[in-house]
Amino acid sequence: MNVMSNDPYTTADGRRIGGVLMEMKNITLRFGGVVAIKDISFDIREGEIRAIIGPNGAGKSSMLNVMSGFYTPTEGEVWFEGCPRPQMRPYQVARQGIARTFQNIALFQGMSTLDNIMTGRITRMNSNLLNQALWWGKAEAEETVHREAVEKIIDFLEIQHIRKTPVGRLPYGLQKRVELGRALAAEPRILLLDEPMAGMNVEEKEDMCRFILDVNDEFGTTIALIEHDMGVVMDLSDRVVVMDYGKKIGDGTPDEVRSNPEVIDAYLGVSHD
Amino acid sequence: MTDQFLYAIEVMINGLMAGVLYSLVALGFVLIFKASGIFNYAQGVMALFAALTLVGLQKGQIPFAHLINAMFGTDIHYFGWELPAILAIALTAGVMVVLAILIERFILKYLVNQEPIILFMATIGLAYFLEGLGDVMWGSDIKTLDVGLPQGASLWAEQATSGLGSENFYGFFIDKLDIAAALTAAALVISLTLFSQYSKQGRALRAVADDHQAALSVGVSLRFIWVLVWSIAGIVALVAGIMWGAKSGVQFSLSLIALKALPVLMLGGFTSIPGAIVGGLIIGVGEKLFEFTIGPMIGGATENWFAYVLALVFLVFRPQGLFGEKIIERV
Amino acid sequence: MFYREAGDFKTSYLSDSQTFPIRFDRFRYYAVLAVAFGVIPFLINDYWASAVFVPFLIYAIAAIGLNILTGYCGQVSLGTGGFMAVGAYSVYKLMTAFPDVNILIHVVLAGMITAAVGALFGLPSLRIKGFYLAVATLAAQFFLVWLFNKVPWFYNYSASGQISAPERTLFGVALTGPNTDASVKYLVCLGFVVVLAWVARNLTRGTVGRSWMAIRDMDIAAEIIGVNPLRAKLTAFAVSSFFVGIAGALFFAVYLGAVEVGEAFGIQKSFLILFMVIIGGLGSIFGSFAGAAFLVLLPVLLKNVLVGGLGWPTDLAAHLELMVVGALIIFFLIAEPHGLAQLWRIAKEKLRLWPFPH
Repeated sequence: MNVMSNDPYTTADGRRIGGVLMEMKNITLRFGGVVAIKDISFDIREGEIRAIIGPNGAGKSSMLNVMSGFYTPTEGEVWFEGCPRPQMRPYQVARQGIARTFQNIALFQGMSTLDNIMTGRITRMNSNLLNQALWWGKAEAEETVHREAVEKIIDFLEIQHIRKTPVGRLPYGLQKRVELGRALAAEPRILLLDEPMAGMNVEEKEDMCRFILDVNDEFGTTIALIEHDMGVVMDLSDRVVVMDYGKKIGDGTPDEVRSNPEVIDAYLGVSHD
Repeated sequence: MTDQFLYAIEVMINGLMAGVLYSLVALGFVLIFKASGIFNYAQGVMALFAALTLVGLQKGQIPFAHLINAMFGTDIHYFGWELPAILAIALTAGVMVVLAILIERFILKYLVNQEPIILFMATIGLAYFLEGLGDVMWGSDIKTLDVGLPQGASLWAEQATSGLGSENFYGFFIDKLDIAAALTAAALVISLTLFSQYSKQGRALRAVADDHQAALSVGVSLRFIWVLVWSIAGIVALVAGIMWGAKSGVQFSLSLIALKALPVLMLGGFTSIPGAIVGGLIIGVGEKLFEFTIGPMIGGATENWFAYVLALVFLVFRPQGLFGEKIIERV
Repeated sequence: MFYREAGDFKTSYLSDSQTFPIRFDRFRYYAVLAVAFGVIPFLINDYWASAVFVPFLIYAIAAIGLNILTGYCGQVSLGTGGFMAVGAYSVYKLMTAFPDVNILIHVVLAGMITAAVGALFGLPSLRIKGFYLAVATLAAQFFLVWLFNKVPWFYNYSASGQISAPERTLFGVALTGPNTDASVKYLVCLGFVVVLAWVARNLTRGTVGRSWMAIRDMDIAAEIIGVNPLRAKLTAFAVSSFFVGIAGALFFAVYLGAVEVGEAFGIQKSFLILFMVIIGGLGSIFGSFAGAAFLVLLPVLLKNVLVGGLGWPTDLAAHLELMVVGALIIFFLIAEPHGLAQLWRIAKEKLRLWPFPH
């Protein structure tokens, strides 16, 4: 298995991994004097599940924020679909086909599940204000078309029963699922998941793993996820980047990473004498 | 030095004095915002209410006389005695403390953990209520407030500066009241700073300002702190009410200075005491100078809006305010 | 008993997202419309029109407008009075400059001018958030009122500085001016209310409404999932100001006939409409109506009881009214922060199960 070359290949379970979709080139991110990310490069290939792991404060979330366009890197470039990404606002990045979830749930608490997921499709809607004001022509047609797409996602995530419930009333695990639905609704090229399993019990974690695998398998969506639960990550992902103190200390298949001495040091601790 | 320039300086000095009063009201806002995260719109009305109460007590007015007369057909107005100013001030301070307790007891207690916007709206309701209450209690006619503060032009300042310009320049006109106000404000700020830095309650107050939950968990009584801070804000309002009332009479427009304190807060930041003071001075000087230089060209009365537009423009370029730290957004 | 969704099966997504999904609600809505158009115009007299119905309808439009901005998009505005003034002065300039064009068109145009002004004052909302923005909108309030006071062009150089609406007719019936019939005033305002409420409903249930609410609930997350914050906020400011501008135009041209800007559109008006929105319920169109009704009726009621009934002086009644309004606002915020609309919603939830609550 020639994981480190860029040729397409097929995984053991029959998923097709394509060429490089997104590439981080020498990313550095500073806040004033604090260096959150230091000269990190890695790539994400089409169709794969890519994990970024590391202890708390390693800079994983900052990395995801750079990928989703929320932070602009101090140095370095983000390449997407073979071109460097110019300076753009987060919503423009979203329109390129990058969707994400958040570590602390960032759902729209005042809206129903349905409306939350419908909002996820906003990048694909373009009827004008007048049409919408009169509920007429394109606006009405658009609403129906997108509702159908959203209903498919609702079926897929098995949340039909909470379709019209305000999300603020939902339990944590379901909220996480709705948030995944909102990101999926955009039909993204890359789906970024920020600690999708954080704070879940074992059953909820298993459910979430299944959904992530199914998304990747059925929709062929490329997924990049952050997690600090090593066990889950190793089972789930094709390749893993390991970060510690803002630096990359490992990159490769789960097996390679697991046997990397630096990674073992970072996770198990080692006496530096 | 040309006379025109000297007049501009005079305008500036008077602006500084007006700014002191804005700062005083803004200070009350900042205290409450820091300790409870509440944007207290009623601060200005509290100043009005305090001034009304002070005048009423001093003159021996019967509270609610208007209402009692209407209900029972009587015709009562005054008790017939007058209180010395210092006693009346002390009693009014007491009333403001009672008011703080009532506000905590009947409003804040029920609104813990509500969104800031809800609390803000509640204080607007409070402002309306207090405005009505002040009028019903003491009547809505314009009252003069005299607690023995020096008034009139400071001859000393006038004489000292009269030699600066030509024969037509008679020296700076500075109201003694303004000087008194500036000194009082300075004393107030210093004592508040000492209180919050060196007393036990002050420490608790700063702890609450930093983190409610953490302060609660180490045993600080949130309710006590709220009463405390609203009392202090009430007394600051009383001071502002005395100064402003002595200057231009006790009337409804007094509560509008509260609105002027808002742009001050935007400049200085909602949580910074130095910010409130510097912001107040900038607004005071800025609006007087603008009215002096540009005002005549565009029809005057620019003081109505200048402060707000200045704050708006300033914030567009520096959203964190004068003394705020750069905001790093997180998700 | 009749209030049921059982048996009312939706067969298309469109019918599922309609305004009144429950049949009983639809019937009630049509019944209200029928009474409003078919019964009230024949019964209305000058007192009821000018004390209750016309101000209620106009304030309802303004409240819907502010609710779009504050309740749906989360941007608190204290500049509503100023924007109403823009609507009023726009319609005044339009109706005096182009007397031959239909007044109804002028009112809509006045709304559009206000929308442009509103969007302009909305620009800072991209950088300024929360309370800071609320204070920034005060700049609009005070500056606009000052402008209309100080620049004689706006009031056509009239000696009093007031503006007064000349008579304009539609099919020979006076819509503005002193000879306007009470029922005509009422019907003009009612027509605008019905159309605008329908437009507001359409906007808030569709794409743009969702982007507003997303910005309201969590602006950063909204931007990251693809909501353009500039577009969302500016459309909210523009649409809100459009409504408020129409309300201002009607307030001047149809309701009062003559206004002085500081008196009619001062900061107190901004607060009054904000209170309507809060008491009625943020983020609810029905709430805007409820809040407007409440705050229009309350002073009328108090005045009738205190002045008419008990014979107290008017100024005392006005002060007591301030206290009552203030206390009620606090009471509502404590008892039900989501306003009358939420009470209504809860009542309906209960009704759906009544008389078998289990």
